Amino acid sequence: MNHWAFVIAAYALVGAATAALILWSYLSMRGAEADADAAKRRR
Amino acid sequence: MHGYANPARFLKLARPATGWLLVSGIMLVLGGFYGGLFITPPDYLQGNTVRILYIHVPAAWLAMAGWASIAAASISQLVWRHPLAAVAGRAIAPAGALFAALCLATGSIWGRPAWGTWWEWDGRLTSMLILLFLYLGYIALASAERERGGDGRMAALFGLVGAVNLPIIHYSVLWWRTLHQGQSISITQGSSIAPELLWPLPLTMLGFTAIFAAVVLMRMRTELARQKLEARLRRSAAE
Repeated sequence: MNHWAFVIAAYALVGAATAALILWSYLSMRGAEADADAAKRRR
Repeated sequence: MHGYANPARFLKLARPATGWLLVSGIMLVLGGFYGGLFITPPDYLQGNTVRILYIHVPAAWLAMAGWASIAAASISQLVWRHPLAAVAGRAIAPAGALFAALCLATGSIWGRPAWGTWWEWDGRLTSMLILLFLYLGYIALASAERERGGDGRMAALFGLVGAVNLPIIHYSVLWWRTLHQGQSISITQGSSIAPELLWPLPLTMLGFTAIFAAVVLMRMRTELARQKLEARLRRSAAE
């Protein structure tokens, strides 16, 4: 049994999921803070 | 803790900390990945599958530490009415759920070549699956409470009661000796893993913890910005 296929699958899964979590959190934060700043400027 | 009860004071600290934690976390994880994949030797018994250790253990640690943090935030909310505690709980839950799912998935991928099976109803695996379901329940309850304008007290109670599962996960390998191996690293007894295999683990543990903290800060900042916007819109509508 080739163990590397299992190792690569596990690392790819963790890398992709962590990157997606970071990206989602970052984009949500940027969007929410930009909306709050825009509303503050409009007043 | 109450020094940071003021969201403005919290944000003053959180803004620079987010970037530092994220960049240092990514660098540590990449260093750990490189060491774990290309430098450490294969294990004499498990071969190259032992390399899954460097991602599986941090995922398990963060899944459990995430719920412990939710329980601490719940106490802070219920006892001291800390205004950021509910925000922190809601911010931690999705990241904790993701790492609980990753712990189960990487354990399953490791289990197939090591044990000959993807899944077994073993004490450790089952209690970790229950933790994932607890996270999903917490997310659903906290979202429903927030939409109904509640103060998040039900979610806090749920977070506190769910912490009962943490010692069960920790001691499951001692109470039910089935398929999952026993504890390899202990604060009091040290490690039974060879040092040439062990050294990338602290890098990925620290790195993923820093990334987790950065994600929690980003999600807290998101929620605080949304609360600020909602309050502003309500004030504008009232004028």
